[in-house]
Amino acid sequence: MDGNAPDFAAASRAALADPQLRGNFRRAMDGLMSKRAAQFADAGEWHAVRALAASVRLRALSKLPELLEKLEENCTRNGITVHWAATTEEANGIALDILHRVDARLVVKGKSMVTEEMHLNAVLEKNGIEVLESDLGEYIVQLDGTMPSHIIMPAIHLNTKQIAHLFKRKIKDAESREDAAYLTDLARRVLRAKFQAADVGMSGVNAAVAETGTLCLIENEGNGRMCTTVPPVHIAFMGLEKVVEKLEDVPPVISLLPRSATGQPITTYVNMISGPRKDGEKDGPREVHLIILDNGRSSIYADPELRDTLRCIRCGACMNHCPVYTKVGGHAYEAPYPGPIGKILVPQIEGLDKRGAMPHACTMCNACVEICPVKIPIVEIMGRLRVEAVKPGGAVKDGGAKASRAEAMVWSGWAAMNASPTAYRVATLAMSKLGNAAPSSLPMLKEWTNVRTKPRFAGRTLHDLARAKGVPDV
Amino acid sequence: MSDARNSILTKLRTTRDAHPLTPPASDFAPIEAKVWPPEERLPRIRRLMEAVHTEFIDAAEADWPAVLREFLAREGVESLLYAPETEAGKRLVEGWGTVSPSPPRGEGRGEGEASHDSPEGSAMYPPHPNPLPGGEREFEGMGEGPTLIPYDRPLEDLKPQLFESIEAGFTTTRGAIAETGSLILWPTAEEPRTLSLVPHIHIALLRADALYDTFLQAMREQRWADGMPTNALLVSGPSKTADIEQTLAYGVHGPKRLVVLVVHP
Repeated sequence: MDGNAPDFAAASRAALADPQLRGNFRRAMDGLMSKRAAQFADAGEWHAVRALAASVRLRALSKLPELLEKLEENCTRNGITVHWAATTEEANGIALDILHRVDARLVVKGKSMVTEEMHLNAVLEKNGIEVLESDLGEYIVQLDGTMPSHIIMPAIHLNTKQIAHLFKRKIKDAESREDAAYLTDLARRVLRAKFQAADVGMSGVNAAVAETGTLCLIENEGNGRMCTTVPPVHIAFMGLEKVVEKLEDVPPVISLLPRSATGQPITTYVNMISGPRKDGEKDGPREVHLIILDNGRSSIYADPELRDTLRCIRCGACMNHCPVYTKVGGHAYEAPYPGPIGKILVPQIEGLDKRGAMPHACTMCNACVEICPVKIPIVEIMGRLRVEAVKPGGAVKDGGAKASRAEAMVWSGWAAMNASPTAYRVATLAMSKLGNAAPSSLPMLKEWTNVRTKPRFAGRTLHDLARAKGVPDV
Repeated sequence: MSDARNSILTKLRTTRDAHPLTPPASDFAPIEAKVWPPEERLPRIRRLMEAVHTEFIDAAEADWPAVLREFLAREGVESLLYAPETEAGKRLVEGWGTVSPSPPRGEGRGEGEASHDSPEGSAMYPPHPNPLPGGEREFEGMGEGPTLIPYDRPLEDLKPQLFESIEAGFTTTRGAIAETGSLILWPTAEEPRTLSLVPHIHIALLRADALYDTFLQAMREQRWADGMPTNALLVSGPSKTADIEQTLAYGVHGPKRLVVLVVHP
């Protein structure tokens, strides 16, 4: 067991004890759910476009190696330099090499979850490079020295009052005003100067089109456009699953992503980048780099069931609808990707030893599966990961890390009991007579009764009752 | 780094071939089915975009530059950046005053080139070919109007003005999309990307006969897949954010105002 492994249970308890945090999340998630529902009022349209978007993602996965090669070929033809990184260390190294070569001092970043996965900001700061998050939510979280608590709304855990205090503390000449318009304008003034001066802009990628060598980014604020347009160098980061085959595959994805994420028909900007500044053009970066990151994704891809994890388009709707996420918030997961998608993605990337608790932080209510715009069977994958956690030598990193001999014995006893009619009858009879007398502090029971009331056993077994009703024995 | 490339691609190929995946066919019919009668497209675009604070002004082919000038003067906007080499840019200059002839042009270009390499170059800018701050070239009968500034040099030489003083930028569009209320922007060598990004106000010229039902229809009819520009955009409103407690605020990093100038044929 890793000594620094995140303790989800402890972090959840702390989050549950914070009424401010719970209130902030409850309000935000209720708002996001109702806005999303309004966008999908036409159920027929939702089902049809969803089937199309899922087919687009599945087709991309079915040709993944070929599409990545084609993407590389077309990006290169367009003047975009393509880099490949097996690990986050390699990706950070590639980024640092570029930054050192152009002698970068100031980097502005648009939203990129992959760079959160890489802890890129810490690496840059360690190397003396100033890095500024420019998405307003990310900027707030960076000023606060914490992590995003939601992949779409990074500062959703804070309210206006808390943000006003933060700005007052951290930004020179800030007034203490609890007014979103004022705070937004303040961030505009600070960040515009940075966009103007930055040596390098960084961004993520929502979809990369193999057919044309185009990087698609969606956003509302314009900071993504600033980062990819104004500085002389643009570095884009993508997980290797983000490719789509054709340009025509973009509209279905763009149709569902913002509607699922924030309940908007479309984001303010859909930014499609197919190259650096060409000869004769007056603006745009002189260099564009695309860093394609694996970081465990090729292992996820190797398993035909777990592969579906890679369909994800990162809309975050599963978080908004998750009864666990809504209660504990994003920080309790201590992971770049929280909520349902995080619970299946992060353990596969980081291993079941460190992240074995995540697939258990789920009631299997299926809400996330119902609303997923690309139909990822999240709950099935969650179940599979629970099995992998106790099954050594499986498909997932650190599989079997949670295996316990006592638990294995209990389950084999359970199986034996259910396989023999006599054993079953004896066991159920014993439970109906003695179950209520068993103290809830028994070693095996304790795990359950620690946070739940011990169930009351019926005085007569089901078989008994059935027989009394005249149902014949089989 | 080609080690990473080869090992990643080999692993993907081997494991995919061991467990091939057969995707369902992609049926685009649900998107193709989204059509609006031609006369409903513009009102729909307008309704959707106004809902996110976009402003609209209407003009005719003959008088749109004058309509725009009047609008900007009324709004107190003092500077408008435009693309001098585009057809629309030329029309804008020609139509800026109805009384005076086209303003003199020429001297700005040479100086622009010269200033390219000098450190003070951008500080010396303007001069630009058109008006001067003192208002000597104000057109008679139009009252106070905004200064036209041509985007005629690389971004590096325009950055301080672009970020610090220019108030508005003027671009064309390649049409608009009814489904979502989105403008299609297609920056070129003549019409740079930052025109629609950095100034506080973005003015976009939309021809009322260039309307599409969906993003898919627009990219098919305009044959985007045959050749994408370095940057293409859909723009559906002014810059906005809801990152502070889900409170909508406009003008966070991009333009604070988006004004669509609809030119009716």
